[in-house]
Amino acid sequence: MAADTVGAILLAAVTLYAVLGGADFGGGLWDLLAGTTAGGREPRALIDETITPVWEANHVWLVFDLVIFWTAFPHAFAAVMTTAALPLWLALAGIVVRGAGFAFRKELTTLAAQRLAGAAFAFSSLLTPFFMGTVVGAIAAGAIPADSDRASTAAWTSATAILTGLLFVAACAYLAAVYLTSEASRRGNGPLRAYFARRAIAAGVVAGALSLAALATLHDASRLFYDRLTGRAVPLVIAAGACGLLVVALLAAALLRGRRPRGLRLVAAAGVAAVIWGWGVAQYPVLLPGTGVTLSNAGAPHQTLVAVIVIFIIAALVIGPSFALLYRLQGRRLLGEAGQGQWPAAGQGEE
Amino acid sequence: MPGGYLAATTAAAVVPARAQMATTLGFHIILACLGIALPTIVLLAEGIGLRRKDETALLLARRWSQAMAVLVAVGAVTGTVLSFELGLLWPGLMRQYGPVLGFPFGVEGLFFFLEAIFAGIYLWGWRRLPGWAHFWSGVPIAASGILGAMAVIAVNSWMNQPGGFTQSGTTITSVSPWAVFFSRAAAYEMPHMILAAYMVAGFTVAGVYAAGILRGRRDRYHYAGFSLGFVPAAILTPVQLVVGDTAARSIAADQPVKFASMEYVSATSRQVPEWLAGVYVNGKVYGGIKVPDLDSLLVGFGPGTKVTGWDIAPPAQRPPAAWLIHLCFDAMVGLGSLLLLLGLWALWAWWRQRRLPAPRLFWLCGAVSGLAAIAAMECGWVVTEVGRQPWVVYGLLTTSAAATRNGGVVATLTLVIIMYLVLGAATIAILLMLSRRWRRGESSEAAVPYGPPVDEPPAAGAAGPGPGRP
Ligand code: HDD
Ligand code: HEM
Ligand code: HEM
Repeated sequence: MAADTVGAILLAAVTLYAVLGGADFGGGLWDLLAGTTAGGREPRALIDETITPVWEANHVWLVFDLVIFWTAFPHAFAAVMTTAALPLWLALAGIVVRGAGFAFRKELTTLAAQRLAGAAFAFSSLLTPFFMGTVVGAIAAGAIPADSDRASTAAWTSATAILTGLLFVAACAYLAAVYLTSEASRRGNGPLRAYFARRAIAAGVVAGALSLAALATLHDASRLFYDRLTGRAVPLVIAAGACGLLVVALLAAALLRGRRPRGLRLVAAAGVAAVIWGWGVAQYPVLLPGTGVTLSNAGAPHQTLVAVIVIFIIAALVIGPSFALLYRLQGRRLLGEAGQGQWPAAGQGEE
Repeated sequence: MPGGYLAATTAAAVVPARAQMATTLGFHIILACLGIALPTIVLLAEGIGLRRKDETALLLARRWSQAMAVLVAVGAVTGTVLSFELGLLWPGLMRQYGPVLGFPFGVEGLFFFLEAIFAGIYLWGWRRLPGWAHFWSGVPIAASGILGAMAVIAVNSWMNQPGGFTQSGTTITSVSPWAVFFSRAAAYEMPHMILAAYMVAGFTVAGVYAAGILRGRRDRYHYAGFSLGFVPAAILTPVQLVVGDTAARSIAADQPVKFASMEYVSATSRQVPEWLAGVYVNGKVYGGIKVPDLDSLLVGFGPGTKVTGWDIAPPAQRPPAAWLIHLCFDAMVGLGSLLLLLGLWALWAWWRQRRLPAPRLFWLCGAVSGLAAIAAMECGWVVTEVGRQPWVVYGLLTTSAAATRNGGVVATLTLVIIMYLVLGAATIAILLMLSRRWRRGESSEAAVPYGPPVDEPPAAGAAGPGPGRP
């Protein structure tokens, strides 16, 4: 019982990382594709403005996910970290380069240096979700042995794993484009709204196609998993598809009629959440498909599981309102550049 | 255990894995210290600025915030590296003890959230949040820095003095989370580390402005910047030495082999001398000053006190490189004592003349005080971590049993070193660039990434010579 609850908590925390942190990666992707310095100026400015105050807080979900994973399911954690070591190292390198590149770019003044830092930020925003996706794909395809003590390249280069990696990239791009469409609307910037709406539709279509392709490869790679996805998890799969279609319809309407789309972000996030929960429901109660490692026998005693539940409840009570405050202030555009306020009349108080 | 996972075979990767852990931790810990203590110092400046309507203090606070935005980002990514490394380099540790360490790490996660969320508000809210509201949005950052540090140090303390759980074979059967959190070593490690963080941050801030003063920038701005860092750090230094002394005595009792390496006690005996510096090779100490009976005196307040030597443990269970542990310990204590003297010097001058000391030597020492505090802190960690060898969890799990069996650690180690060199150099370069720009009185940011060179609106701080100009 406690183990199932913690499993749900882990999945919820992963979902939050995906819909919050994922969008920040997607922002980097659109930065990469924004074209020339002059032409990409406007979209890049919007991306920068929307990511800056929140990305670190969103990023903490990843750390939190890791902690819950190793605390509650240490055997599965050690197996994944060992077997999929290479893509995890690469994703990690991407995280470092992305965070540093983003923070540095803001403070640089020469165009060449900004470009270098910006390219580092944008390119690693592509790599990190891809490699994380291959790890999730490897888990889903049952390629992580329970008592693994060696890395395996085959595990994360299967068709399922690669497709999942690409799917992660597309999903991040999709979420980011949807969020940015809303942000552009809120600023009353019609052309920019259309710019991101078109990209959101494109990314949504690609993400949908990649999901179906990944599902198809599971048919051979992990039959049981496939059957469950098309069996007991089917309501969630349908929900995911419906959310995707609804978002595309809303975006198309916004493009054609020039009206401000409402509720977009929530629906898009719900669609991604439905995919993640579909995965969870299909796997339940197995943690590493193809092995005997389940939620309840992955190595943690009862008290540890209870401690995780308590921490999560406290997190919900304390962190939830704090996040709400952060997003609210950001939504009202009260958060600008660091340290730049109304500067005191300079020269005063000097002597 | 399936497949003899934790079989006592030596993992080939253990040496590069340790080197990588040490590199990444040694780097992260500097940013962590700044993350723990800098918010307090910034708030001190902002509070003084708001209360006394002191524009200089407000300007300092605002500029430090801008530097903090860079430091916090680097701290966050290097911290994430550590979280991954715990699994990637030490799967044996996490597989077995993950559920025990989980509670403190989870608590740490809570405080990371608070820290990151309020940093988002505080750092980016200068422009549009009203004065005191902005100040209060910074208080949770300072508080969660301290509480988060307690949580991480809880993990390290537990590794030194494990307890609060039961196991059968390699399976953990029960855990009492609070007993894990407050292990025996936590009593001194937590305060010692938090004080170290305040010393590092305070002396580093002071050092930056002392360097400016040495270059002739003797204005109120620079003296204020120096004092806001120096005063808290200097006040905490004597407290730190008392806590460190307590730590040493606890270690003599609880981790005697570590203590023996710190003090070159090769055989259990009474009237043990204290070695100041000196290199131990094959049973002999070269160089160094030998003070008779002092070690016994320090451990038990009497020359007759019996001190346990490393001979109680078989050679395979003694830490390697006693000389390294000993020299690092002496360096930490020595640097701490020098920093204490520096503080006393300032106190004396203040008492006699109501001003900071004038001699150039004082400002030279002030300029390097930050580096000294960082060096003391890094040395302390070498004592703790190398002194615990060959154990990763003292007495329970050896480091080599915890290490990954994957190849390629040499490659990741090489990449990590290159990446961190670049990261460190870039961080320092950016901070220097910010300070140059401030000195020219420019406002600080390009409004748009990749914008053509931006014309700063004059209202944004370029109106006239900024304080802090040469
Ligand atoms: C500014 C930094 C600083 C200064 C001035 C000192 N220390 Fe320290 N020391 C540290 C910073 C530090 C630390 C933060 O690096 C460590 C590593 C682990 C810890 O909890 O604190 C540490 C560890 C550490 C340990 C080992 C703890 C362990 O293995 O668990 C001992 C015995 C001491 N210290 C003792 C002292 C003494 C006797 C000092 C001065 C008289 C002293 N320290 C000054
Ligand atoms: C919560 C805090 C910390 C944890 C959980 C931790 C954990 C570890 C682990 C798992 C290892 C590898 C196993 C071992 O050699 O025992 C290690 C090694 C090491 N760590 Fe720490 N560490 C912490 C803090 C630090 C810090 C801040 C430093 C800063 C310099 C540091 C320096 C080292 C060094 C030098 C080694 C290598 C020891 C050797 O090779 O002999 N540690 N640490
Ligand atoms: C193995 C040991 C460690 C791990 C796994 C670790 C992990 C992390 C992680 C994941 C972050 C980023 C959180 C974010 O996204 O904002 C972080 C930041 C931080 N860590 Fe560590 N850490 C370790 C050691 C330490 C130690 C020894 C300290 C100090 C006592 C420390 C203090 C901090 C602080 C204050 C921050 C905030 C970042 C900043 O403001 O610069 N950490 N750490």
